[in-house]
Amino acid sequence: MTDHPPIPKPEPASDISEEILLDTLADHDSIEREFTVEQRTQWKTIARRFSRHKPAMVSLVVFTLLVLFAFVGPFLWKFKYDQVLKKPAGASNDWIRPSWTHPFGVQKGYDVLALVMRGTQYSIRIALVVVVLSVTFGVIVGAVAGYFRGGVDNALMRFTDLMLVIPYLAAVAALQRNVKGSTWLYLSFFLAMFAWMGIARVIRGEFLSLREKEFVEAARSVGASAPRIIFRHILPNTIGPIIVNATLAVGAAVLGEAALSFLGLGVKPPDTSLGKIIEVGKGKATTYPNEFWWPVLVLCLISLTINFIGDGLRDAFDPKQNRVRA
Amino acid sequence: MFSFIVRRILVSIPLLFLASFIAFILVVNTGDPLEDLRTKQNVPKGQIALQEHRLGLDKPFFERYFSWLGHAIHGDWGRTVKDKAVWDQISRSLGVTLKLVVFAEICSVLIGVTIGIISAVKQYSWFDHGATTGSFLLYSLPVLAVGSFLKFFLAIRLNRLLGREKNPLLKTIGESTANFCNVRKPQNCGFIPATTDFLTHAALPTLTLVLITFAGYARFARATMLETLNADYVRTARAKGLDEKRVILKHAFRNALIPVVTVVSIDFGGLIGGAILTETIFEWKGMGRVLVDAVTKVDPNLLLCWFAVTAIAVVLFNLVADILYAVLDPRIRL
Repeated sequence: MTDHPPIPKPEPASDISEEILLDTLADHDSIEREFTVEQRTQWKTIARRFSRHKPAMVSLVVFTLLVLFAFVGPFLWKFKYDQVLKKPAGASNDWIRPSWTHPFGVQKGYDVLALVMRGTQYSIRIALVVVVLSVTFGVIVGAVAGYFRGGVDNALMRFTDLMLVIPYLAAVAALQRNVKGSTWLYLSFFLAMFAWMGIARVIRGEFLSLREKEFVEAARSVGASAPRIIFRHILPNTIGPIIVNATLAVGAAVLGEAALSFLGLGVKPPDTSLGKIIEVGKGKATTYPNEFWWPVLVLCLISLTINFIGDGLRDAFDPKQNRVRA
Repeated sequence: MFSFIVRRILVSIPLLFLASFIAFILVVNTGDPLEDLRTKQNVPKGQIALQEHRLGLDKPFFERYFSWLGHAIHGDWGRTVKDKAVWDQISRSLGVTLKLVVFAEICSVLIGVTIGIISAVKQYSWFDHGATTGSFLLYSLPVLAVGSFLKFFLAIRLNRLLGREKNPLLKTIGESTANFCNVRKPQNCGFIPATTDFLTHAALPTLTLVLITFAGYARFARATMLETLNADYVRTARAKGLDEKRVILKHAFRNALIPVVTVVSIDFGGLIGGAILTETIFEWKGMGRVLVDAVTKVDPNLLLCWFAVTAIAVVLFNLVADILYAVLDPRIRL
């Protein structure tokens, strides 16, 4: 390329026209504009749409606080989850009920606030592992099935149907039964094994429609390989459904884990989770309600906020959505 | 139509066989069914070997699977670790679960569809806003929370309010009173006392299931109804001069119902093995209890039968959904 002479810049047709052009530009700058036009990227548009969705914004704040509560809280709170508390001298038997020293009360010698913090932390950790694994796998399956169609698609979708037939709570419970020692990571793997089907179907649908678009045809015509088309050209266009589904999957994973642990088939000590604390506390739900209702409340908050955030994201990513001028 | 049904059934059969194979892999990995016997002292070696032989644990994997499958196809689901017939236990708990699920599903469909239709007809009214927000909240709440709230909070207070703490009106444990009808209490054995007893037990679990499922139906019914209300044939009906009630009920509602019916059918199939939490909270001896028992005590035949029944329910009601869709919508040719 270097041996070519540099291409001369085209001369302006006449000096006058350039002057006029400069004049008008100067004029425009001096005029007070009624509105300013600012270029907005797609992400800015989405962020604006999301920020107008009030319940979603409130939920985002609450969920962030919950995450801080779970991950930073244990460092700030004066009691540790494994710190055995002794009944203070001269105290009545009611010392295990909520008080200023123990806002959530005491359960079997442990501070319930510290327990709930740790339980929330494990629940969120489990949910994150489940979501990362299941979304990655689901996206790959959906992308391959939707892009290649035909026999590959048929085989993968029958496999998806097959996994949907097996009741996932029971399957995870059966696998989890034999795990010894630290259980939360195994539980996350097992939950992820039975949680990827929904997103795989959504992504397959997106791929089936996107693969017929002109830009994919263009990419194919310049000789892009199938992986390149899938990952560089089509996948970025499905980021909306992926994010929305991943968000909703966090809520589903937290609830699935809680359900299993509540049945006594999920995490085992030394690990814990919200479901586990609820299971331990359920026998005394009426006599010592604090042990039971606090984790239930946190569970409800996670589920509600995640659903609202997912709703807000869905609205923000949906280009057909024009309720809000963005 | 007939050929479609046959074709769908033919597709479902290999699906079920594959599912049974995966379930078998899961069950084999659940643990050792004879763990208790092995860790106990003074158990003769011969007895363990005998039990192993009875449960087929001494055979290789594939032989075990095909022997189980062969018996299962002939309706012989084998015996539990405690040497009881598996099918007796499963059919009994399936009956309990069906009582709960059928009742709850009917209620939630009626409530959900009614609310959804009203919301759609009066779109953006206060009722619509209230119903949409309310159903979203209920839809997002965990079953665990709803059930516990009804059991530990509402039931106790309501019973106290009615002054019936000794003999509570809303019962929170079990699906029927133990020894309700026996020789000493013959007056309890009629149809009316038995039904009353069942209703007092079923009220709260049913309400739990209704609260968490009706919201989904309301949202769905609203969406499909809005779609049909904006359809051309509804405009035609209005243009013909039909009165609004007739337009909504005969033209829009009937068509909006088609997708709802299929969703309800699919949901119902899932609920057979999916009401586990509700059953556990209210301590019903349904399918949920069987699952928990079968997993904790590692009972391979019981667990396999559980998987089989729930998987068949899912496949069957998916099939029903497809067929209903075709029957209700004449545009779909099969």
